[in-house]
Amino acid sequence: MKHALIGLTAMLAASTATAESVKPTDVVFVDGAVEVSLSGVVGDPASGAEIMNKGAGNCIACHQVSALSHLAFHGEIGPPLDGVADRWSVAELRGIVANAKVMFEGSLMPSFYKTEGFVRLGDAYTGEAHGDGDVQPLLSAQQIEDVVAFLVTLKEE
Amino acid sequence: MKKTTAFIGSAAALVLVPGLALSDPDEDSLTINGDIPIVTQTDAPAHTENLSEIYSGWRFRSDETQAFQMDDFDNPGMIGVENAAVDWETVDGSAGKSCANCHGAPEEMAGVRAVYPKWNEEMGKVTTLEMEVNNCRETRMGAKTWKYTGGDMTDMVALISSVSRGMPVNVEINGPAKETWEQGKELYYTRTGQLELSCANCHEDSYGMMIRADHLSQGQINGFPTYRLKNTKLNSVHARFKGCVRDTRAQTYKPGSPEFIALELYVASRGNGLSVEGPSVRN
Repeated sequence: MKHALIGLTAMLAASTATAESVKPTDVVFVDGAVEVSLSGVVGDPASGAEIMNKGAGNCIACHQVSALSHLAFHGEIGPPLDGVADRWSVAELRGIVANAKVMFEGSLMPSFYKTEGFVRLGDAYTGEAHGDGDVQPLLSAQQIEDVVAFLVTLKEE
Repeated sequence: MKKTTAFIGSAAALVLVPGLALSDPDEDSLTINGDIPIVTQTDAPAHTENLSEIYSGWRFRSDETQAFQMDDFDNPGMIGVENAAVDWETVDGSAGKSCANCHGAPEEMAGVRAVYPKWNEEMGKVTTLEMEVNNCRETRMGAKTWKYTGGDMTDMVALISSVSRGMPVNVEINGPAKETWEQGKELYYTRTGQLELSCANCHEDSYGMMIRADHLSQGQINGFPTYRLKNTKLNSVHARFKGCVRDTRAQTYKPGSPEFIALELYVASRGNGLSVEGPSVRN
């Protein structure tokens, strides 16, 4: 059943893949929440689960997630995410993943959809300066939507 | 900041946290070779406002890693110390001198590691041990300087540290060093790179916690140079600083730069009261 749902989501995603993304500098936060989809394409929870574990996402480096307990080494720095969808709306989750510092001032959590205002921005993990090219956010608009789609599945009630 | 705490608090109340046992520093105590007692925990110095206790990184490592440092025969960092002991006796440079010609036996350097970085009146700035080694080589020996984070240099710093083991770190932060210390403090709290992380985010706010598979320590530097099992060599303080800043997706400072000298003084001062441990062993 779950697989069927994911399949359907993927088909929907494919059919609307040409939608325009909201630029990182144009995201509208209201009390830390973001109402509008960043990519305009429905998120894929299976892809979101992947991003939770690797690359620039690596959410479980800091958060524990029982639904991902098959993956090793969940961190303890941020709050556990079990039941996170019971506590936060989709718009709030999107806002937190995009830029948690808007809702939680001073949060340690990296801002995953932000491209300016950094101190000594480097070129990824090279230790070198970034240079003049466009700054890519840590996660793309679609990756944010995928992570949010996964987080929405984390219900306990 | 208050909101963050409330967020964590409410989440903890609602969610049954799976019991990850590892968190705070362990209760083990360290005596090297059965005769050098090491202070791995003590009251934080007054200038380290946000900590009440300070801990050596040794207390955050596994029993297996800890054991490497308990006996010099098991400590792979001691190979570097032995290499440097040879260099210590070896004449190099146009003045026809070795370190030993002026300083005597390496043991004569006991206490030096504990007070560096330190204000150098002649140079009018704070200097590190590495800078003083090169200062000696250049001006007294007429020898070529060593690369700041090179093997020869790090081995020599390990030798000089090893004869201070067990002595309390006690760097001076007042007087002429004050301005440099303040600069280091500002760097410690500056959130750098695309991940926007400061030293404090991990090593003051989050020490004791796991970040993925890593157990975060207070980032104390009393154990440097540090033999890391990860890269199987002795690592200098500035090389480690560089790695940490790089991992925030930032443009790093250079080893030996004024910024890292200032940061070293500040971070060392946060460990005033812990014992000198170098060469320590970590993962």
